[in-house]
Amino acid sequence: MSFVFFLIAALTLVGGLAAILLKNTVHCALALTVAFAGLAVMFLELDAQFAGFAQILVYIGAVAILVVFAILLTRNAETPKDGIYSRNWFAGLVIAAGVFAVLGWAVVHSTRVLPHETATPTVMVLDIGNALIGRYVLPLEIVALLLTAALIGAVIVAMHEKEAAK
Amino acid sequence: MNPLTAYLLVAALLFAIGLAGALTRRNAILVLIGIELMLNAANLNLIAFWRYGPHPEALTGMMFAIFSIAVAAAEAAVGLGLVISIHRHAKTTDLDAMNRMKG
Repeated sequence: MSFVFFLIAALTLVGGLAAILLKNTVHCALALTVAFAGLAVMFLELDAQFAGFAQILVYIGAVAILVVFAILLTRNAETPKDGIYSRNWFAGLVIAAGVFAVLGWAVVHSTRVLPHETATPTVMVLDIGNALIGRYVLPLEIVALLLTAALIGAVIVAMHEKEAAK
Repeated sequence: MNPLTAYLLVAALLFAIGLAGALTRRNAILVLIGIELMLNAANLNLIAFWRYGPHPEALTGMMFAIFSIAVAAAEAAVGLGLVISIHRHAKTTDLDAMNRMKG
């Protein structure tokens, strides 16, 4: 594996770790953005240009901004008095470590049978567009419906309750 | 080493980090951040399998990842809307303090 891969992987993992370990919630959101950027670069490294730029647009451009908005709207940038971890944090840590142990064991023990194509896939955005309009047109329509429903639902859920009570 | 193994291990580690965050933090927004990290780890798996698997021109893994990104965006919007609504109602985003189902 190349040096670039280790650099990007370290950046992504450090960003993810910082996103869940830092005390200040705004710092967590910034670390999350670093992790998203690392993943986008990793997608580009995997020759998936479209997915990489979609990752930058959707995650860094929209999701990270939404998270920052939610943090500022709920005014909890400052650290709470009674710690940032829940009461049963140890059980959560054990579950996460167990999940990683099982996943890592499965990956390491199946190395021989994993596919290993060396040829770089040459996929143009045109091919992706044709696939979206051709073979994957039904999922595309469903995603469009889902996004519309989610946006309307999010607005209704976060709307002031006073008007509804009248 | 097979490069796919390295990507899968990074994705597994990222998934475990996200799971740990979702299970141990008190703040509802941080739990959502953990869930986003888990979704991203799954996306990394899909893209890595697309790149190193046979028939990348069929675009299956890539399409999975693109639809997964779209669904994750919808999830984030609804989840953060719920957090804002709960904060307005209960004046807190501390999950340990939300122990009633009655409004």
